[in-house]
Amino acid sequence: MLQINNLHAEVDSKPILKGLSLAVNAGEVHAIMGPNGAGKSTLGYVLGGRPGYEVTEGSVSFDGEDLLAMAPHERAAAGLFLGFQYPVEIPGVSNVQFLREALNSQRRARGEGPLSGGDFLKLARAEAAALSMDAEMLKRPVNVGFSGGEKKRNEMVQMGIIAPRLAILDETDSGLDIDALRVVGDGINRIMRAPDKAVVLITHYQRLLDYVKPDFVHVLEAGRITRTGGAELALELEREGYGAVAA
Amino acid sequence: MTLLALPTRRDEAWRYSDLDALAEAWPLNPPEAIRVAAGEEISRVVVQDSPPGSVAVKDIAIVLEKGARATFHVLNIGGKLGRVSIDVTLHDGAHFELGGAMLGGGEQTLEIVTTLNHIEPNATSNQVVRSVLGGKATGSYLGKVAVARDAQKTDASQSVKAMLLTRTATANAKPELEIFADDVKCAHGATVGELDAMALFYLESRGIPTADAKKLLLRAFVGSVFDDIADEGERTRVEAAAQAALERML
Repeated sequence: MLQINNLHAEVDSKPILKGLSLAVNAGEVHAIMGPNGAGKSTLGYVLGGRPGYEVTEGSVSFDGEDLLAMAPHERAAAGLFLGFQYPVEIPGVSNVQFLREALNSQRRARGEGPLSGGDFLKLARAEAAALSMDAEMLKRPVNVGFSGGEKKRNEMVQMGIIAPRLAILDETDSGLDIDALRVVGDGINRIMRAPDKAVVLITHYQRLLDYVKPDFVHVLEAGRITRTGGAELALELEREGYGAVAA
Repeated sequence: MTLLALPTRRDEAWRYSDLDALAEAWPLNPPEAIRVAAGEEISRVVVQDSPPGSVAVKDIAIVLEKGARATFHVLNIGGKLGRVSIDVTLHDGAHFELGGAMLGGGEQTLEIVTTLNHIEPNATSNQVVRSVLGGKATGSYLGKVAVARDAQKTDASQSVKAMLLTRTATANAKPELEIFADDVKCAHGATVGELDAMALFYLESRGIPTADAKKLLLRAFVGSVFDDIADEGERTRVEAAAQAALERML
């Protein structure tokens, strides 16, 4: 589904990713762990197409298509979802308005008809309820005044509504208390655990992986993957630290 | 106020204007005079959408008697020079409310100029102005608040925000306070910024094409200015005109 080959990328002329390769197949959950500054968030942004994140070498294909040649909104329509580490506040635009426009833009790009207002609201309310988010928050401006945990929950509600095929989730666990972590973990499993879908979890800590069990764990250090293993590797990292494991 | 000679850059109220364009329209018509009787209330919507290349200067002089209220909404989008100036005299306990937007591109010069004369105590005013400027357009808000010696308990506020879509557009925000009373509250805030690149990317990353995402952000930026137009038909008409002006700029 996702094929990353020898990816090099820089931000402000500073090389961050230095030859990263990764293959993600449908039905898999991959965790990418690593110390601060290793390039984890950069990987997410490069895959999402954030301006300023310059790919200097290598390739990324998504279902055989050149992902890097697509604009961010085309990547979304193709089925890629980027969960933000710091979801952005957008004053003056309600969650409902934002998500309805997002979903219908994607449908239009895929040649599907728009969802009616009523059908959309039904879907949005169901997703909010599944993630224990107050439906009133759908009417509020996007992420404005939301707590850190509420923002992350809102990311998952968005993911549920949009129903992508590949989710890149950048530190979706940060800022969550124990209860919220379980809700978000269950959400990821419910929305994304399917034979035709895949997840890349970018995280610092092992704890989300108690709820979303990865098929593969990769250690990202200094811009490349230095080690790959199964779920047990995350526990080893948690116990021993990145330095000891990678050395 | 009626000027006899063409103003120059040294005239504070004209320092950012397009004086060549102004010369075409000189001499100006005398201001439209409005008097709101004690305790009465009026609301007005001014849409300045003159054809491209034209010069439109609209002057309004308002006197608000004791306890009177006036609510003005101004959408300033047309002409090569489009200027709406409002001079308000506030008597005891009067209130003036302005919601204004200037949306321009190309070589347009758009201006909203207000002079609030708080001549008696207890009068209040609130002004909110939003500008979106592209191309080589210039948008200026000049807001003067004059508080007379007797005008205690005056409460005047201004909030001015401009968004520049290009590096060649210009926004001017010039609050001018002239206060001779000692128990007054005059607040003003002004910001000039660009579209938030992170917000834009966030919207795009959810599948919204760039132009639509910009439209959404700009609409939100201008948005609340016209929310409180009481007449729904009028509100719809102004919002549609604002929307069309924004779309022309993208």
